[in-house]
Amino acid sequence: MSTPKTLFDKVWDAHVIRHVEDGPDVLFIDRHFIHEVTSPVAFLGLEGRGAPVLFPGRTFATADHNTPTLNQHLPVADPLSANQLRALEVNTAKYGISHWGLGHQKNGIVHVIGPENGITLPGMTIVCGDSHTSTHGAFGAIAFGIGTSEVEMVLASQCIMQPKPKKMRITVNGTLGKAVMPKDVILYIIAQISASGATGYFVEYAGEVFRNMSMEGRMTVCNMSIEMGARGGIIAPDQTTLNYLNGREMAPKGEAWDKLVPYWESLSTDDGAEFDVDLTFDAATIEPQITYGTNPGLGTGISRQIPIAEAVKDGAASYKKSLQYMGFAENESMVGKPIDFVFLGSCTNGRIEDFRAFASIVKGHRKADNVTAWLVPGSHVVERQIKEEGILDILTEAGFELRQPGCSACLAMNEDKIPAGKYAVSTSNRNFEGRQGPGARTLLASPLVAAAAAVTGKVTDPREFI
Amino acid sequence: MAYDNFTILRSAAVPMPIENVDTDQIIPARFLKATERKGFGDNLFRDWRYNPDNTPKADFVLNNPTYSSNGPARKILVGGKNFGSGSSREHAAWAIYDYGFRCVVSSFFADIFKNNCLNVGILPVTVSPEFADRIFAAIEADPSTELEVNLPEQTITLLATGDSERFAINEYKKHNLLNGYDDIDYLLSMKSEIEAFADTRPF
Repeated sequence: MSTPKTLFDKVWDAHVIRHVEDGPDVLFIDRHFIHEVTSPVAFLGLEGRGAPVLFPGRTFATADHNTPTLNQHLPVADPLSANQLRALEVNTAKYGISHWGLGHQKNGIVHVIGPENGITLPGMTIVCGDSHTSTHGAFGAIAFGIGTSEVEMVLASQCIMQPKPKKMRITVNGTLGKAVMPKDVILYIIAQISASGATGYFVEYAGEVFRNMSMEGRMTVCNMSIEMGARGGIIAPDQTTLNYLNGREMAPKGEAWDKLVPYWESLSTDDGAEFDVDLTFDAATIEPQITYGTNPGLGTGISRQIPIAEAVKDGAASYKKSLQYMGFAENESMVGKPIDFVFLGSCTNGRIEDFRAFASIVKGHRKADNVTAWLVPGSHVVERQIKEEGILDILTEAGFELRQPGCSACLAMNEDKIPAGKYAVSTSNRNFEGRQGPGARTLLASPLVAAAAAVTGKVTDPREFI
Repeated sequence: MAYDNFTILRSAAVPMPIENVDTDQIIPARFLKATERKGFGDNLFRDWRYNPDNTPKADFVLNNPTYSSNGPARKILVGGKNFGSGSSREHAAWAIYDYGFRCVVSSFFADIFKNNCLNVGILPVTVSPEFADRIFAAIEADPSTELEVNLPEQTITLLATGDSERFAINEYKKHNLLNGYDDIDYLLSMKSEIEAFADTRPF
């Protein structure tokens, strides 16, 4: 019998064209996503070399990072943003790459539209010039973010050169408590192991919590793998995965599908396969989470207090700097802190289940007067679902408005910027200083926590509503 | 993108003993709108370096004359643990390079940032936490103290005392940096092998 292999090894090894001695592997890339921000310099480089795009059919483009979320039918006002969007249009047309630009009915955040159109499949290698490419690992793909030099590499050669990361398994067993969402699970894990706790590793998520999770939940979890430093996260494909993909527009059909199913079913970690690190957590210890600091590892159960400096893994000086930026102090309770903004959206929590969850709490309530809420669907498909399912009516009745798809306030590259000093409860992925606008203060949380804050105007335990 | 090759670098250093310096601090997203790779150094550490009215923040290290008006421009940046975490934006590495740094030293780098540095000709040097502490202490004692980063020998040395440590880098990347090569040159040379492999993929 051959040596037992991990899921990660199976997929990685199937893509290695060559191993460079005392160097990286040459890894073949099945799918490459590009967007307007990290691709223009790659195309310039390609042009400088006079090299063609080797396999234009394996690259898919969308505009998302730098697009407005209101009045998308009008010309983009910011000339620099407009120029970047135009560059993507010109470059994709020149090289014959599929482009779902602003206004296209399938346009949306790259990590939302890939899965929802069936472009992402189990067993693939997927890269994109965006660190949250780890999202696609939910399907049993090896997916990770790359820099612009590597974008150029993939365009030119459909390969990148990467040293093989180490392997970590994170198992969560048991049953999740009331109002505990996939976002809480991943925020909890990051708080336990810190924002750098998985650097150098590729993480497989295992155990009944992930087995019982929907594909959208798995995407939320894998999405934030990078926030603990991991190159990516991966979950073994199962019937939930196949049910999600079957019939999606770009997924294989009929015989082609049937032929792939046995391969996909082989994609799980063999008994006895070894991990460099193996961690286990108990679902019962996870409550709804919220962050209080300026990296995603600085979070806690919502009913708890902000830890004292000695209790955190970051250096005390950096920790105090972080609390000072947030305007918080050690030992303070999170519940009851007044907030100014709520952001529902991003590649982490901009899918239909997130909007359903948000609506389940705001239904029959009113948005607090002191709160500005930006609700941004991850794609036009999600936007249509919100309307068709009657969620828009619930939101409107509660005093909320829906914006148009894009990355929006997650990275605040467009005009959706949280003002300096203001507090935002955000369903996005990063609470770095200034991430949501210069001086903005971000509290990362689930859609349920965001909804509870939106109707009360302060940090509120969502379990009070359920 | 071509870059100058890297062999032996001697320079005083800029100390930044802060943990978890993420790429949003190195270059905030609102400065990522360019379609060409130039001028990013002007916005390196923008919000730590400048007030909202664009006046320099006096207490930020890059604005501190102790580390700027003392001889030639410093080419080594020494950061705290988990340097370069967060976004994959290569613009962070471009900004560091464009500002004039050729080497970043830390006890712990984020993966994507480290790759990006290597791809644009910046040498990321991972040192032990103890050696990082000794570098910070040496700079504090004498801000003009020089470091030598020797890529062929894979060593980093505090020149005043000779205190030295070896650092790791894989032979392939070392060869590239020493010669100013990049991965694309390598990959283009194996095009037919890649095309044959692509034919075997099921999707």
